Amino acid sequence: MAKHPTPMLDELEKGPWPSFVSDIKQEAEARAKNEKGLDYQIPVDCPEDLLGVLELTYHDQETHWKHGGIVGVFGYGGGVIGRYCDQPQQFPGVAHFHTVRVNQPSGKYYTTDYLRSICDLWDLRGSGLTNMHGSTGDIVLLGTTTPQLEEIFYELTHNLNTDLGGSGSNLRTPAACLGKSRCEYACYDSQLLCHTLTNEYQDELHRPAFPYKFKFKFDACPNGCVAAIARSDFSVIGMWKDDIKIDQEKVKAYVGGEFAPNAGAHSGRDWGKFDIEAEVVDRCPTSCMSWDGSTLKIDNSECVRCMHCINVMPRALKIGDETGASICCGAKAPILDGAQMGSLLVPFIPVEEPFDEIKEVIENIWDWWMEEGKNRERLGETMKRMGFQKLLEVTGIDAIPQHVSEPRNNPYIFFKEEEVPGGWTRDIADYRSRHQR
Amino acid sequence: MATVEYAGKSFEVDEDGFLQRFEDWCPEWVDYVKESEGIKELTEGHQKVIDFLQDYYKKNGIAPMVRILSKVTGYKLKQIYELFPSGPGKGACKMAGLPKPTGCV
Ligand code: HEM
Ligand code: HEM
Ligand code: SF4
Ligand code: SF4
Repeated sequence: MAKHPTPMLDELEKGPWPSFVSDIKQEAEARAKNEKGLDYQIPVDCPEDLLGVLELTYHDQETHWKHGGIVGVFGYGGGVIGRYCDQPQQFPGVAHFHTVRVNQPSGKYYTTDYLRSICDLWDLRGSGLTNMHGSTGDIVLLGTTTPQLEEIFYELTHNLNTDLGGSGSNLRTPAACLGKSRCEYACYDSQLLCHTLTNEYQDELHRPAFPYKFKFKFDACPNGCVAAIARSDFSVIGMWKDDIKIDQEKVKAYVGGEFAPNAGAHSGRDWGKFDIEAEVVDRCPTSCMSWDGSTLKIDNSECVRCMHCINVMPRALKIGDETGASICCGAKAPILDGAQMGSLLVPFIPVEEPFDEIKEVIENIWDWWMEEGKNRERLGETMKRMGFQKLLEVTGIDAIPQHVSEPRNNPYIFFKEEEVPGGWTRDIADYRSRHQR
Repeated sequence: MATVEYAGKSFEVDEDGFLQRFEDWCPEWVDYVKESEGIKELTEGHQKVIDFLQDYYKKNGIAPMVRILSKVTGYKLKQIYELFPSGPGKGACKMAGLPKPTGCV
């Protein structure tokens, strides 16, 4: 029945986790049956040839995709990842197997109507296979041919009112945690900020103009559900300035065992009775909490907003009312000069429409990095090469102790000439008049 | 790899329609490619971009960064897309005969 024998892949149909192999086979069968009578625009057996080439890869332990691929749609410099099989005679169904990145809604909330319309489009003009979603956030339509790209783009924009995502040396598709939509920890509307900035910077997203890729991610609190601090050059992380709100009655309900700690997250194992001393007070990283048997106190001036106590007792402890965000910069994967997470640039910034304060930081960084960044140099690497001081200068931010986890311990300190009385222009003769050779 | 015959010349190209060898480039190539890159009439502006890309590639062995292309030609990115609808990489570099852009595109 199947076009290619796949003994190794068949093994991956065993076991409890949803099997991608069974799913692809199911799609292959549905295409073969074609109950809707579709006039498939790419080979009907595309998913079968994908399994075939994957089985060959499992056998050889080498990839069978050719290097690179440059395809796209007119007007944009990115959005499609071109890909060609290196055994096109054996697997003609995947001779072309381009990936289309489609911009997802912030927080990835969908209606079935919308998803059905995407699937209808993709059934006809693509492989029927997807990635929900790419790590950056995009809806990923996996596998189609070059002539279909403009067709897909036309239908996406004209019928689905949806645009492509980003790829190349540009602003990639931004993503956010689900934020205020259903999380009581959200310090700002991460979805709204994500959506607004995505629209604001469409040109930067569709037409590569940067030295390298650049990503935005938006976490509405330090828990980091979209991992902004590790996976975006520009990370906006929710924060509050005032005091944590404590409901002492509810604290007692936790101590009394009425409420499960961490909202029951550890109920799969017996950890004994909740011990507020051991599980909260002693775990606070700054030791700024105390519990006298009836009242929980927090010295908020020493609290670093790590979220631990709030995460353990969500019904009793709440984020403050004076909310905003911190901005961290420079996260990147290891290539070229080592992995980086975001470094704190702005400790606290208001997050209110139309987000002018945040846009100003972004645009100041871009002005600098677009001019000074070397070819294929991430922002984090430019920061390393030119110095954090330079980033502060171009963003007009004053240096504060919060910018470092520790001060430097080498003495190779640069001074600006104007900071030094007398400047750098010195006459050796004058020196010699006081110090003989 | 496919071979393209056009105006009495033949060109070896890859799946994406990029020339395999920069040395094979000739004015007929531009004429052949322009339609598939959404260009009707070749203007002075097109020629200026193509000339600069070729010049830069011969001197430096790589394609220039977008920023440098803009600076030297005086064309903003928007104008470059008006000239080459698929952009400086897929459009202009292909027509200029430069190797296919690589990396995480
Ligand atoms: C042949 C080269 C490469 C290919 C085909 C490739 C492909 C991809 C793909 C498909 C994604 C997911 C995109 C999405 O989910 O929307 C991705 C994400 C990413 N890539 Fe690459 N990539 C390549 C090279 C690189 C290089 C050289 C770097 C680093 C210098 C890099 C860093 C990243 C990062 C940091 C992400 C985002 C991960 C995340 O959001 O968690 N990639 N890449
Ligand atoms: C602001 C001025 C200076 C700074 C910041 C500085 C810094 C340093 C540092 C960091 C080292 C390496 C120490 C190590 O290996 O752990 C070093 C080594 C050394 N410095 Fe300096 N230095 C300064 C001035 C001088 C001067 C004025 C002299 C000589 C007149 C000097 C002579 C040496 C010598 C000989 C060594 C090698 C010591 C060894 O490895 O045995 N330094 N210096
Ligand atoms: S990052 Fe914070 S606000 Fe956003 S979903 Fe996660 S816990 Fe909630
Ligand atoms: S948020 Fe973290 S630092 Fe602040 S009081 Fe709670 S546990 Fe301590």
